[in-house]
Amino acid sequence: MMSSRMNMNWYHRYTGVRNRGINPQGFHVSQIKFYILLVPLAAVMLLPIIFIFSSAFKPPDELFAYPPRFLVVNPTFKNFTDLFSKLSTSGIPVSRYLFNSILITLVTVGASIIVSSAAAYSLSKKRFKLKQALFAINNVALMFVPVAVTIPRFLVIERLNLLDSFWVHILPVLAMPVGLFLLKQFIDGVPDEVLEAAQIDGATDLEIYWRIVLPMIRPALATIAILTFQAAWNNADISTLYINTESLRTLAFYLSTLTKTTATGATAVAGQGIAAAAALIMFLPNLIIFIFLQGQVMSTMSHSGLK
Amino acid sequence: MQIRQTYPTQDGLARAYPAPRRGIVGAIQNWIQKEGSAYGFLSIYALLFIIFIVIPVLAAIGLSFTFFDAIQPPRFIGLTNYIALITQDDTFMKYVLANTIQFAVIVGPGGYALAFMLAWMLAQLPRLPRTIFALILYSPSMTAGVAMTVVWKALFSGDQTGYLNSFLMGLGTIREPIQWLQSPQYLMPIMIIVTLWSSMGIGFLAMLAGILEISPELYEAAAMDGMSSRWQEIFYITIPSMKPQMLFGAVMALVGTFQAGAIGVTLSGSNPTPQYAGQLIVNHIEDYGFLRYEMGYAAAVSVVLLLMVLFFSRVATRLFGN
Repeated sequence: MMSSRMNMNWYHRYTGVRNRGINPQGFHVSQIKFYILLVPLAAVMLLPIIFIFSSAFKPPDELFAYPPRFLVVNPTFKNFTDLFSKLSTSGIPVSRYLFNSILITLVTVGASIIVSSAAAYSLSKKRFKLKQALFAINNVALMFVPVAVTIPRFLVIERLNLLDSFWVHILPVLAMPVGLFLLKQFIDGVPDEVLEAAQIDGATDLEIYWRIVLPMIRPALATIAILTFQAAWNNADISTLYINTESLRTLAFYLSTLTKTTATGATAVAGQGIAAAAALIMFLPNLIIFIFLQGQVMSTMSHSGLK
Repeated sequence: MQIRQTYPTQDGLARAYPAPRRGIVGAIQNWIQKEGSAYGFLSIYALLFIIFIVIPVLAAIGLSFTFFDAIQPPRFIGLTNYIALITQDDTFMKYVLANTIQFAVIVGPGGYALAFMLAWMLAQLPRLPRTIFALILYSPSMTAGVAMTVVWKALFSGDQTGYLNSFLMGLGTIREPIQWLQSPQYLMPIMIIVTLWSSMGIGFLAMLAGILEISPELYEAAAMDGMSSRWQEIFYITIPSMKPQMLFGAVMALVGTFQAGAIGVTLSGSNPTPQYAGQLIVNHIEDYGFLRYEMGYAAAVSVVLLLMVLFFSRVATRLFGN
């Protein structure tokens, strides 16, 4: 049956049953209707993103051209050189914000991977009385909306003397219920026998976690890395709410101040170009990381079911 | 604590299950032996979880029963804040609640249904085009917020150099540029479009993965039994087979919807938004908490918001849970 199908001419190949339905191997005429719907929609979804790329490279006369042009005609790096030669209104060079963002994001991603995966290992493979209850609590916390408790969070952070410190950028982001949830679901898929065999061979708990569990859950770790990256890299709120020292703030914060001033007259002309360049610098790492890790993310997501 | 499995005699056995000790100290030692490492691995996450999630939520509940202006210590006033919220806060009843419900109903279930339909369509494409489309649809959600404000401000700019104004004036649909982000009648629709645009997030990816996981035999069996319509397939096979992913997607949609509440203030550049047109419950909290320093009252609004999320996720659990 299979071999006869292989030998069919192209008409049968594209109209037969093989490439129809879920997860097909190749093209089939029944897919055309989806392309007809998806291509225009994807194009519309993509417009703002093309706009970010395009306007970051626009020279000033194109940024303020009338009628406005969507795509750049004479691309230039001027906006980027302007951005990095500029001091913020309080005298901090933009490279400082960028450095803060990079450092904070790297530390947050690294710490988040360790902290969440250790907890997930415990919730998945350890046997203890409160296990089910603690996992249930974390599941309720999936519904937690951080903006709702901005004020009490501020009071807690104030009490802990974390205001205006480097760590306030990192610690609140680490408690990420979705991350723990996804990791735990993924570790559930690691067979108990593997861990038991290692235990019998004399491996300690830490060795099992570090040498066996972590390497086996790389796709889930990649997913947590992406989620944490997005939470840390795009975070302007922490700089606004908990930081007073300008040199401790992030690029996301600096960008948010640019978009605020562009609403008013004179600064708008200079501001719009560098805002576009900064927006591209903000957006691009998200995109690149996701492109590289998307396969891993998809394999994590198939374990994402919430029961 | 029961031993799940017995091993053949091995050296490791003695270490894995040591003989129980006696006495109180022994009981603690036993506990550390058995459960200590489990809590050890959990400890850092648990600590951060308690500090940044549990305590703030409890504090919000506690503060909601007080008058607190951030200068003097909180003073207990019972249910006054809640009563004021229902009976005296005209802004809340007239604008904020109505806006929040309108926004949440369209963006929540609307975005969720859209995410499911798109995932369903993508699942029926071969791997490469599927991956490309998934990337395009997901990309807006990865940077939602800061970077995008630049785009929306240029697109919906109120003067004639704004893209939408220029486009519509070119078509002859409008003669004068429209102040899109400052007009009460346009702000809400724009907020909804912008949020929907960035709503194909992690829930969408989960549903896509869920659809792809369903065994093809289920569809084949149904086809044998005479099921021919795609709609029947969706409602009798696809959705029931991926309920856990549907629920995960629903919870993510819900949280995303309420979390997105700041968009109106970001777009219009002012809190309160013009004539309260884009004022959502999140902005109301910020308005009272950080602009008027009525923190007790703001906490009561926060509690109402958390209860709303909890209520809607109960509904979702009813629909998709076991």
